[in-house]
Amino acid sequence: MEINKKREKDVLIVSVKGRIDAVTAPDFEKNLMDFIGAGEKIFLLDMKQLEYISSAGLRSILAIAKVLKTKEGKLVFAGLQGPVKDVFKISGFGSIFNIFDSEAEALTKI
Amino acid sequence: MESPTSLVVPAEIASLKQAIDFVSRKIEHAGFELKRIREIELCVEEVLVNIFQYAYPGSIGNVVITCHPKKDGTFVIEIQDTGIPFNILSVDEPDIKASIDERHIGGLGIFFVRQLIDRVEYRREEDKNILSLLIDIPGRQKDRDEKTG
Repeated sequence: MEINKKREKDVLIVSVKGRIDAVTAPDFEKNLMDFIGAGEKIFLLDMKQLEYISSAGLRSILAIAKVLKTKEGKLVFAGLQGPVKDVFKISGFGSIFNIFDSEAEALTKI
Repeated sequence: MESPTSLVVPAEIASLKQAIDFVSRKIEHAGFELKRIREIELCVEEVLVNIFQYAYPGSIGNVVITCHPKKDGTFVIEIQDTGIPFNILSVDEPDIKASIDERHIGGLGIFFVRQLIDRVEYRREEDKNILSLLIDIPGRQKDRDEKTG
């Protein structure tokens, strides 16, 4: 798993590449929590290069979302592909989060 | 028929990659498409992580993974441990409609297994938990339907 970040005004765009599984999820969660700790509040998770996510990854996403909610922050998603899209759908995460087809679309609506 | 092959790994998170790679090679060989391979990998991860986290409290044990295609067009992934008795089929389904605040994450991995695997069977044999994931092999179901009527 690889994490990259870039800024677009108030939004921190975090791109995740590879796999978020039970091995890499703690690292993913720590990275995001560190960004929140540094004062970031509005997140766009760009998942177009994410190949795979398991319930361990969803657990991390939920933990991050809960922390952001207490800080009145925002978390939206863009570019979900194949199996990641399916996992969001089956788990119900597709309806509890704001999900956009592309990063550009997410930035206009965030 | 190809003979069953097994992998034995310590029940710890560091074994995950090796175990998933083992299963992936077997299911690729069996002719599943990529989307289905990812779904099966997901379910095997969910079962294994559950065993890694809960089967052997305070002790160390192994997990045995056996993969083999059956003549009836089913691919079998059998996952065995000698930990505390646990039937994943007895776990309640999560509320997937709950909001972020109300949402609890427990049970989601097992929910994936029940949603994505064609048939799941659990049995306790002596000191073993034996979970079988039975997956229909693409293009082979017609044979089975004809044989079983």
